[in-house]
Amino acid sequence: MKSPFTHQILGDQKVQIPFVLSMRIITFLGLILAGHFAMGQGGELVKLDGLQQRMQSEKNQIQIVNFWATWCAPCLKELPLFEKLNGERKDVKVVLVSMDMDLDPDPEKVRKFVLRKKILSEVLILNERNPNQWIEKLDKNWSGALPATLVLNNKNGKRKFVEKELHEGDLEKLIAEVQ
Amino acid sequence: MKRLFISMGVVFALIASAPVKNGYEVGDTATDFKLKNVDGKMISLGDWKDAKGFILIFDCNTCPYSKAYNDRILELNKKYSTQGFPVVAINANDHSSSSGDSFEAMVSYAKKKGYTFPYLVDETQEVARTYGATNTPHVFVLKRTGGQLKVAYIGTIDDNARNASSVTKKYVEDAVDELLAGKAVSNTKTKAIGCGIKWKDA
Repeated sequence: MKSPFTHQILGDQKVQIPFVLSMRIITFLGLILAGHFAMGQGGELVKLDGLQQRMQSEKNQIQIVNFWATWCAPCLKELPLFEKLNGERKDVKVVLVSMDMDLDPDPEKVRKFVLRKKILSEVLILNERNPNQWIEKLDKNWSGALPATLVLNNKNGKRKFVEKELHEGDLEKLIAEVQ
Repeated sequence: MKRLFISMGVVFALIASAPVKNGYEVGDTATDFKLKNVDGKMISLGDWKDAKGFILIFDCNTCPYSKAYNDRILELNKKYSTQGFPVVAINANDHSSSSGDSFEAMVSYAKKKGYTFPYLVDETQEVARTYGATNTPHVFVLKRTGGQLKVAYIGTIDDNARNASSVTKKYVEDAVDELLAGKAVSNTKTKAIGCGIKWKDA
């Protein structure tokens, strides 16, 4: 049971503190790194054209763009469905586009929320004002109400837009409809 | 017999695929309704004998956008009720999924905020569906012509939800001002980010 380390710790108090500290630092750095990679891009600001470019240039065949906000209860209820799909389907790209900045200029609140909820799907924060000028550019059927979800097939150009809270199985159905 | 079934099937398929009309468009005739106000009385638009029209707002207690616009809605009523365009607010949220929108919660909210206009509950959500309301606050400006109510504007209140002092376009005020001046509304439809109405499960 006696490793050289425990021997050192037991034998010399001066060694003990740096050892424990260094382990903590290593663990801490490890967590940060793991968090960094696992969280992907947790809350990058995008303008409308940037978002549209990403939507067009996505290499995965199926892309799911969910419009949400931290204040939107039904959005948070359906969030696990997107997370599950993001984790399970490598052929599907999930992007969660936060609309929080329409009401609140501080994107940090969204980023903290993403970390706290351990959201793994890519999160973008739309940094645009005056929604009347751009809502229809994302989908002409969208009233602007949240939550809303767009399912795109980049190969055949088919798209499905829904403006309601999704339930178990809904996303799979929508994906099938754009195949 | 088989042929009959096939043709029936075709008819049903046609019915099922017929486009569903999602509420009113500008220019449509709006139907009146009878809904319970926070004071317990049943209210219809027909109760206002002298109104030139209405600023009908689908709203709720719980949405941050509704909260952001509370004062602006009170201002709208202050400015336009005396000119013949009173504000009438309707809460259509399903309170089983949004408990903060129960009738009791509406009564206390209206009291706390000092609502100077009716705040009606659309328990069956039929009015919201008929009008095609989607989010809160969602405004329908109605103009009375003859005995009818015509939809003159559908959309949001202004172009800045975040900050009332940074507004550059007051859509609803512009629409009502134009109607009061006997003109046609120039910007009849706008969109805004907002909370979706909490519909009952179909």
